[in-house]
Amino acid sequence: MIDFILLFFLVICAIAAIRMKDLLSTVIILGAYSLIMAVVWTRMNAVDVAFTEASVGAGITTVLLIAALSRTQRGEENGQRSQVRVQGSLNAHSIISLIVVFVTGAVLVYGTLDMPDYGDPNAPSHHHVAPRYIKEPLEESGVINMVTALLANYRGYDTLGETTVIFTSGISVILLLRRKIQQ
Amino acid sequence: MKDDIIIRVISNLLIPFIQLYALYVLAHGDLGPGGGFQGGVIFASSIILYVLVYGIDEGRKRAHQKITDVLNSVGVMIYGGIGVVCLFFGGYYLQYGKLPLGDLKHASHLGIYGIEIGVEVTVAAVMITIFFEMAGRKSD
Repeated sequence: MIDFILLFFLVICAIAAIRMKDLLSTVIILGAYSLIMAVVWTRMNAVDVAFTEASVGAGITTVLLIAALSRTQRGEENGQRSQVRVQGSLNAHSIISLIVVFVTGAVLVYGTLDMPDYGDPNAPSHHHVAPRYIKEPLEESGVINMVTALLANYRGYDTLGETTVIFTSGISVILLLRRKIQQ
Repeated sequence: MKDDIIIRVISNLLIPFIQLYALYVLAHGDLGPGGGFQGGVIFASSIILYVLVYGIDEGRKRAHQKITDVLNSVGVMIYGGIGVVCLFFGGYYLQYGKLPLGDLKHASHLGIYGIEIGVEVTVAAVMITIFFEMAGRKSD
């Protein structure tokens, strides 16, 4: 029951974030979206992901986006594009795009029919390497928390890559935005 | 905002606990949820709170530009360096069990602590850098 309420709020937040004209409100709504998402992760017992979602998605991303907004405009531009859309709301273009959207959606729904049920213990993804990751970490790596064993041992290169990506983004921001005082 | 006594006192009260919590999240990464990434973000948010209250110039006195710039790369160096050290002791890259720090469990435990510290340093420094660069443009 509570899952449905949470997912319902998620959808409402997503639609509100798209419809909102004021970009600051959009950022705040996205923060709320992340917070609800964190609760959903917790409901799925994915505590590590929930922690990351709450601290990164709801916390630091909101702050950084607001900081970015302070450098640009707060409102959405009312350019020509929206007027064109209002005038030709039923021309051939929009009908074709509507058909494409519906066909793609139908294909996606058809694709999900083949997927295993939610939480099915016989799903293929639970029989490949997952049993070993669940059984072995304590003997192989001496780490009690399975998630840490995965991130640091089995997927050590991945985590190194992620750290490098963050490092690169920091360097890029310095290169792009920092002004030399001497000039 | 530093003229407002309520904001000043509350943030002064909160910032040490936020930083302590960041270190707790780092240290308990292998027991419970958390780890270097989340800890780094929480640590950076404490600095951001300080900047929001006291302003950019005052914040730069606490987090010097040179120091955060250097720490950006130090974290990745710690991570990669631990991998190279594992090579020297006959293991694969990032095979912490080969580190000469006691038996396999102990060694890999400490190795993982090492890389988590590396991740935390880089993440915290990068987040602080991005925030300063984003927010600091208007004043100059």
